[in-house]
Amino acid sequence: MFSKISFPAPRRQALLAAVLLATGLAGCAPAVAPGKINDPYEAQNRENHAFNIKFDSHVLKPASQAYGHALPGPVRQGVSNLAGNLALPSYVANDLLQAKFAAAGQNTLRFAFNTIFGLGGLLNPAGALGLPAASNDFGETLYVWGAPEGAYLEVPFLGPSTQRDLAGTVVDTLADPVNSILPQNLRGYPTAVDLASKLGTRYRYNDMINSILYGSADSYAQERLIYLEKRHHDIGMPSPTTNFDPYEDPYANSN
Amino acid sequence: MPIRIDLTRRRLIAGLMGGAAISALAGPAAALDVSAARTLVNHVVDAVNQIINSGESENKMFADFEKVFATYADVPIIARSSLGIAARSASPAQMKAYTEAFQGYISRKYGRRFREFIGGKITVTGAKPLNSFYEVLSTAKLRGQQPFDLRWWVSDKSGRFLFFNMIIDGVNMLATERTEIGSMLDQEHGNIEKLIAKLKVSG
Repeated sequence: MFSKISFPAPRRQALLAAVLLATGLAGCAPAVAPGKINDPYEAQNRENHAFNIKFDSHVLKPASQAYGHALPGPVRQGVSNLAGNLALPSYVANDLLQAKFAAAGQNTLRFAFNTIFGLGGLLNPAGALGLPAASNDFGETLYVWGAPEGAYLEVPFLGPSTQRDLAGTVVDTLADPVNSILPQNLRGYPTAVDLASKLGTRYRYNDMINSILYGSADSYAQERLIYLEKRHHDIGMPSPTTNFDPYEDPYANSN
Repeated sequence: MPIRIDLTRRRLIAGLMGGAAISALAGPAAALDVSAARTLVNHVVDAVNQIINSGESENKMFADFEKVFATYADVPIIARSSLGIAARSASPAQMKAYTEAFQGYISRKYGRRFREFIGGKITVTGAKPLNSFYEVLSTAKLRGQQPFDLRWWVSDKSGRFLFFNMIIDGVNMLATERTEIGSMLDQEHGNIEKLIAKLKVSG
């Protein structure tokens, strides 16, 4: 798949570095007792978390409120549709890397349909026809290929991740097929749409996100657990920490 | 000597037959339990659907959600499991006060989340045994959003079929609360009375 898309040399090196980061670093991380969260960098992660909370409260949250109040709902939905549509080629690339051909077909069909009949992806007629997006990413590809998850990471600006997922994010960002297809002068467009869409998401889930970030006794621990749980669910990985029966072990200690 | 062997053999055969009879019974019994678990969640989902489409005020909804929790969830086991190892050193009176405070806290907290489902609908789609309990599957369809799955863990180990956990789009409520209550207790330096006071104003 990648051989068909040509990357400039520095990009290819960064790709290689990201894959090495996932496979190499994760392999070196200390073994973790089953049922425990793998978080050897907790001290650094907590510093990054404190930074991210400041970034959210001073920049992201106010910007998302301004965005939400400035644009009416249908416009925000259009931006979200555009971003969702531009994400599809990357899903397809990862579907193919994982030999998920049905999902690749579904995502390709959705992309073609919404691009052609949905004003370039501004509308989502495919959704109305029952053709949802099957999201995918290179972090999931690494999981399917057998790469270990590695340590939990909280990354400045990006938020919660793991070594494997961060490597995936780097690869997805550098190797996005959309960027390879678009002419040079339009390369900024998907990034702008994506950032606007993220503001829309922050606005839409304001109450839930606030309750986690500002209403928890330990927002770092809450966000870490919720991220890992949701992530394992999304990539189809069995949850290593939380599959327990409280009737059998009612006093089991929490993580 | 031969007689003893014979007795043993007879006992063994009787035992095997008994075992076979029990496993023959266990099949339909398990199926009945799956359907009982599913019925319980149907009641919960009906009640939640009614609340989120009632157009009531926030406080009325929280009170309604608390009723659903108290009726269909095993609140004592959820509360005790959330407290973790600290539950072992708590007095019965403390556990009672803690469980009551926890019920209000969890109803407000998850009531708020369910309140975001206004105009949406939850549909039960299946049920199956999982580990030592039952998992009932449902789908939440909210306006302008991709449907997500909502799973309910049900057990009859309290003597009745009650749910003791919800998995919301992959996120395990019990695990989340164990982390959160653990953090709260740490903040209160392990003082359960202070934890109870805090729970009464949280969620």
